[in-house]
Amino acid sequence: MVGVLALQGNFDSHIRILKKINLKHKLVKTSDDLSSVDGLIIPGGESTTITNLLRRNQSLIDGINQLSKNKPILGSCAGLILMSKESKDSRVHNFGFLDVTTSRNAYGRQVHSFEAKINVKNNTMNYDINVLFIRAPKVDKINNDVEVLATFQEEVVAVRQGKHVGISCHPELLDETLIHEICFKGKNEIS
Amino acid sequence: MSKEESFKVKVGLAEMLKGGVIMDVTNLEQAKIAEDAGAVSVMALERIPSDIRKDGGVARMSNPHMIKEIQDNVSIPVMAKCRIGHFAEAQILEALEVDFIDESEVLTTADEHAHVDKHPFKVPFVCGARNLGEALRRIHEGAALIRTKGEAGSGNIVEAVRHMKMITSQIIELQNADLSKKAEEFRVPLDLVEKVAKNQKLTVPNFAAGGIATPADASLMMQLGAETVFVGSGIFKSEDPSERAHAIVKAVTHFKSAKDVLTASYDLKDAMKGILMSEIPEDEKFSNRGD
Repeated sequence: MVGVLALQGNFDSHIRILKKINLKHKLVKTSDDLSSVDGLIIPGGESTTITNLLRRNQSLIDGINQLSKNKPILGSCAGLILMSKESKDSRVHNFGFLDVTTSRNAYGRQVHSFEAKINVKNNTMNYDINVLFIRAPKVDKINNDVEVLATFQEEVVAVRQGKHVGISCHPELLDETLIHEICFKGKNEIS
Repeated sequence: MSKEESFKVKVGLAEMLKGGVIMDVTNLEQAKIAEDAGAVSVMALERIPSDIRKDGGVARMSNPHMIKEIQDNVSIPVMAKCRIGHFAEAQILEALEVDFIDESEVLTTADEHAHVDKHPFKVPFVCGARNLGEALRRIHEGAALIRTKGEAGSGNIVEAVRHMKMITSQIIELQNADLSKKAEEFRVPLDLVEKVAKNQKLTVPNFAAGGIATPADASLMMQLGAETVFVGSGIFKSEDPSERAHAIVKAVTHFKSAKDVLTASYDLKDAMKGILMSEIPEDEKFSNRGD
């Protein structure tokens, strides 16, 4: 069962993907909701809003930190920002599950949002998947132990560190399941 | 980008705004209060609906300078309103790079026969609706997000409830309806009606607006199926806007938990006074503008 943080954001499109790959889901709004989950998705949305709601609930922050020690966490867009170690903005909480630096709204306002194909590639796989970049962040800096999972125009758009995955765009809005399968089903074979 | 691709990108932002509160603000100070309280977006406008109603006169698109100042100082998406059918105002707002345009009945109507053709724009549009036909006409014109009209500036939730329940029940009715007749009645293409009948929901997100003044109002609209709420006059016409803004954000996140909505409602200072629908002459109702 995968928890989906549902304080604010596009949690329902992530749930649709989990259903598509036959994983059970649970909405997470409080620390109690984290019991019995085998992983967590931090969806897209507004990172300042999600932060605001998290900061009113320290036990939820503690619970997510605890969960991260042995369960996979996937963050998309705002979720990536929250999972990163640094995002250069005090209005945003940084869990630090991914040792990367991100910057918010790095492509500009909504008129600069776009659809694209990103390349998911490592030693064992090589896929192109469709995604939407919505007021998306950028990964500015990657530190030790962080693996590049996907690129777009030679820029890093998805990373993995240990069990955790972060992606700056939205495969889930275009029904792409690969990133969720990598994070929660250990998918790693050659295409 | 093709029309379909660009539409997906527009709806994508609406998806990101789900489970949140979009707040009307008239200056930078209010925008900061909204952002600090956890608003997912702000609607920048010169006068909030209750003042537009009180002041009378022609209500137009806001001063771009005021919108720009807010854009430059908050990190959340900034929306702004254009008059119904006023595509030149919409072009200006697009050039200003607002994140969403509300083609709004709260402003004075510019074209009594046609709404803005929203497809050519890169910026997404939100439009109000009182019923399914109106919602589908707006979607067909290119709206990426629908909100109930409610009755803006009234502080009275009755119209928002009426509009949300109307849309919901008309979607259910499609299950046993002659869809080509419905398409004709709604004046939209059959395939749009078929999609809504099959999925039993609109093809774009569905938010609530118009009269939300308390955490309980917000919870009510979410329980009736709204995916996010717009709060206009309800926050900055109340006694303590910051406190009320925080409370409504909390009520939306935890709308299913009465205990949490109770906590959010505790010790709140006074809500806006509000007006009865019977006190508003029929020809002064914002919700009657546009069809």
